Amino acid sequence: MVETLRPRRRFRQPSVIPGFGLTFGYALTCLGLVVLLPLAALVARASGLGLSGILEVASDPRVASALKVSFGVSLVAALVASVFGFLVAWVLTRYRFPGRRLVDAVVDLPFALPTAVAGIALASLYAPNGLVGEQLEKIGIKAAYTPVGIFIAMVFIGLPFAVRTVQPLIAEIDKEIEEASATLGATRWRTLTRVVLPPLIPAVLTGFALAFARGVGEYGSIIFIAGNLPYVSEIAPLLIVIKLSEFDYGGAAAIATIMLAISFLTLLLINLIQAWSRRRFGYV
Amino acid sequence: MPTAIRVEGLSKTFDTAAVLHDLSLDVRAGELIGLLGPSGSGKTTLLRIIAGLDFPDRGRILFGGDDATGLPVQKRAVGFVFQHYALFKHMTVADNIAYGLNARARSERPPQAEIRRRVGNLLDLIRLSGFADRYPSQLSGGQRQRIALARALAVEPRVLLLDEPFGALDAQVRKDLRRWLREIHDRTGQTTIFVTHDQDEALELSDRVAVLDKGRLEQVGTPDEVQDTPVSATVLRFLGDSIEVEAIAEGGRVLVAGHPTPVAAPSGLIGPVTLHVRPWQLQFVEPAQAHLSGTVRSSYRSQGRQRIEVDRGAEKPLVVEDTDGERYEAGRPVGLRINGGYVFA
Repeated sequence: MVETLRPRRRFRQPSVIPGFGLTFGYALTCLGLVVLLPLAALVARASGLGLSGILEVASDPRVASALKVSFGVSLVAALVASVFGFLVAWVLTRYRFPGRRLVDAVVDLPFALPTAVAGIALASLYAPNGLVGEQLEKIGIKAAYTPVGIFIAMVFIGLPFAVRTVQPLIAEIDKEIEEASATLGATRWRTLTRVVLPPLIPAVLTGFALAFARGVGEYGSIIFIAGNLPYVSEIAPLLIVIKLSEFDYGGAAAIATIMLAISFLTLLLINLIQAWSRRRFGYV
Repeated sequence: MPTAIRVEGLSKTFDTAAVLHDLSLDVRAGELIGLLGPSGSGKTTLLRIIAGLDFPDRGRILFGGDDATGLPVQKRAVGFVFQHYALFKHMTVADNIAYGLNARARSERPPQAEIRRRVGNLLDLIRLSGFADRYPSQLSGGQRQRIALARALAVEPRVLLLDEPFGALDAQVRKDLRRWLREIHDRTGQTTIFVTHDQDEALELSDRVAVLDKGRLEQVGTPDEVQDTPVSATVLRFLGDSIEVEAIAEGGRVLVAGHPTPVAAPSGLIGPVTLHVRPWQLQFVEPAQAHLSGTVRSSYRSQGRQRIEVDRGAEKPLVVEDTDGERYEAGRPVGLRINGGYVFA
């Protein structure tokens, strides 16, 4: 009789570093306390309204337009931040120029700056009498107190995410594959689009997702520049604050839950695209 | 044979350190030529300049009589194989091989069916027919290097350039690939230049070997020529083990310890010289007839030959190769006769 040896499936993989049980338990506990518990409380609060109640809040035109502004502008801003972030990361890793380290450090400033400070600075720059706003006004663009202002603030705070996620990968690009492409007769454009960029797509997507998530949740820097006109430049987080100040906790929780659901679905989608592109590119 | 590539008076300096000095070399059409030299000899730089990946400070590169010195790499039609394969990891094996054909301008690009056919033929040539849809990460090092070679051959290059193509592979795979590269070359007749620091590899593979040292071309010739008549001590030392013996040149002969050797001295050379002797040019004899004497320090056998290290007191111990089967134990006093050697003016 042949005895089949079936490996026992276990979570634990043999490893030289011990402590799987402890670290896994600790991580789960922290995740539960810090992330899941507040979210659960939020959902519990909103569920007091029932599904119909949440739908009712969502169908309020002011709420609906605020959600549209928040998510719509975040998407566009994340897209723009990804493109510019990629360029910044490219220049910082591929070229040596005086002041490179300084620029590299400046990239992180939006991380560190209190968002309100950023908001006030942006607002005064882009206001109709501000340094940049004045010029924009001349060509017919109103930046401050419109969705354009929200967009500018979101690009500002999203940019570091886009830069920092692709930067290490750009640094790791093997120069030989570019040379190989060139010896095979490929133009520079082809080398860039067929050889250099495709392996970077997953990292660019990660940066996009982070910038998007940050944009959706951003409050401080936006409210100073947005003007907060209902139906025009009012973002969902602000609406939540307004509901709270009116002691409409249920309404606030409902908007928050809707945002949470949309964010979760969007991030899940981006993750799936990422997994697909990793498989598509056959490595990592 | 006509000249396929001519290198004329090439000089190149990197940050004040000269890597190539006025180097000239003719590569014949259809030959497999090995650039052999220690690291830092400039052989890889020479290869990269021929490819158009580096540019010389002075000198010219001619492809079949046309000046190609200023030609950008994309227009040179060279096939380059890198030591670390440099495959496109996000493309399948077939896409990697087809890359050069797909990169051609629309008017010169073969139809897709033709590209597929050629990729299929190349996969047969490198004996990886079933691997078209794999990704490079799923292949072994030897397989990856074969893909890299097929990718370079696909564009039908004027010349195939290989930069230490087997350097990253283990010994057994390296041997197999060498033989296989030679086979491919014999079948395709592709003009090929390869860089190596491994003498065995260069001597086994090449039609001709170019020995480089410190950015200068020391000697070019068939493997037999460079081994039988090395032009300098550098070439001789680089092509294998040798010992140096103090000798006297006198009347057209070379004398060691007062005894004449079969080595002829270059004409006009008189006085103390250094005689370079290969391990197999030494023979154990009775002390009375010996040029050199010493005691056996150690010995080992490998592949039918015995290598014996002989201690000579103050001087560097020397290595003798012997095939007569007699074992030489440590401590035994021996005499050695010199049966051949090289003297350079």
